[in-house]
Amino acid sequence: MSGRQEDIVICRCEEITLGEIREWIAKGYETFDELKRVLRVGMGPCQGRGCREMILREISAKTGAPMADIDPGTFRPPAKPVKLAVLAEGGDK
Amino acid sequence: MTLERTADVVVIGAGVQGCSIAYNLAKMGVKDVVVLEKGTICSGSTGRCGAGIRAQWGTEMNCRFGLAAVEKFEQLHEELGMDCGLNQSGYLMVAYKESEFDQLQKSMKLQNSLGIDTRVVSYSEAREICPGLAADDAVGFTFHNRDGHADPFLTTFAYMEAAKRLGVTFHRFTEVTDVKTVSGRIAGVVTNRGEIDAPVVVNAAGGYSQIIANMAGVRIPNFSERHEIIITEPVEPGVCPPMLMSFSGNYYIQQRPHGSIIGGCSPEGHPEDYEMGSSWDFLEMMSRTFIKLLPRTKGVRVVRQWSGLYNMTPDRQPILCEADNVKGFFLSCGYSGHGFMFGPISGELLTQLIIGQEPWIPIDMLHYSRFERGELLVEPAVV
Repeated sequence: MSGRQEDIVICRCEEITLGEIREWIAKGYETFDELKRVLRVGMGPCQGRGCREMILREISAKTGAPMADIDPGTFRPPAKPVKLAVLAEGGDK
Repeated sequence: MTLERTADVVVIGAGVQGCSIAYNLAKMGVKDVVVLEKGTICSGSTGRCGAGIRAQWGTEMNCRFGLAAVEKFEQLHEELGMDCGLNQSGYLMVAYKESEFDQLQKSMKLQNSLGIDTRVVSYSEAREICPGLAADDAVGFTFHNRDGHADPFLTTFAYMEAAKRLGVTFHRFTEVTDVKTVSGRIAGVVTNRGEIDAPVVVNAAGGYSQIIANMAGVRIPNFSERHEIIITEPVEPGVCPPMLMSFSGNYYIQQRPHGSIIGGCSPEGHPEDYEMGSSWDFLEMMSRTFIKLLPRTKGVRVVRQWSGLYNMTPDRQPILCEADNVKGFFLSCGYSGHGFMFGPISGELLTQLIIGQEPWIPIDMLHYSRFERGELLVEPAVV
């Protein structure tokens, strides 16, 4: 594999690398929600489907807490992105 | 990190208010400042807000706060050493009724007299400022180009990081369960992780500030109100660069620099609430507002909805003072939806009060005793 591991893009929606995630975990941003707020990871169209598990693993590696004990952060509606025009039609039809 | 047994100042709440107060105290040379946060930094109202910053207000107090805050935000990244995501694309106020437009113009005269260069703009000029706008049913518009929005997360973290460099300690997951007083003076706080004795305690607990005040035996009329909001996927910039805001239209909508569009409104019936859930009704109603106001967003997808608490006061202006009956207990709360934008200035003014200086913008009228005296400072310009 070419390139440094740190350059691997973990959050593809917001283009955040493994290196950036490690850097901010080291600064004390040790929960998924804090990393989300500072780096926008998990805030793009995929809502963390791509990056959440990998980020939780990094938190686990740094803090020593087992994966099962790490707060995965808040899951918010809608479950998948929906067009405004579709939502605006509502449930009357 | 173990909890200190004593501190010079304990700040309750690590939203923008708490972090700004802690930073300003440390900057002014106060030692042993400890910030307690029941969740994580910026997990309450600040991190859930609409991110707007404006000087277009309807009372002199708010205009002065708003302008001073805008000026702070303009140099904040330099002062704090971190980008705060400032985007000064202005606030475009939209009036749909003659009476509303009259009020906007009245406020504009007040703003102009205080050095805020708000002006009336035509519909065609409004469409140059906001290319996606459809508002041919509007009566008039006002615009102030130094208004805009910033990133609430980055701003709060920037304050926290700068405060830490000056020696301030932050404790996450530390909830205040009681406030200790001894014969009319503050004595400290009790938390889920132990007690801290302190001669000064600051209530910056946002949506929970009335609960904290109660613990100290201080009665304030604040209540918390749930407001909802949505954000879209990022699209090309330039759809809605300014904050579009209307009181009768009941909306605020802006596009973040990275392309996502954010929008919210006031809840019907203004229910008192500590719940921060999301409703289908809001999603549907707000989506209708989006496509009416910005028709080109029809095919844009909503990626997320959430909510946060407005900490309301009867006149929708904050409480910023020392308690009468509990010396050493200071309050910075009740911002009624504007705590983020005022954070940089209120933190500085409260710090001046705490260290015995005269706040450079007078804040005596923001004491909660105004409610008992019936001297309300009602702000008309709130969504």
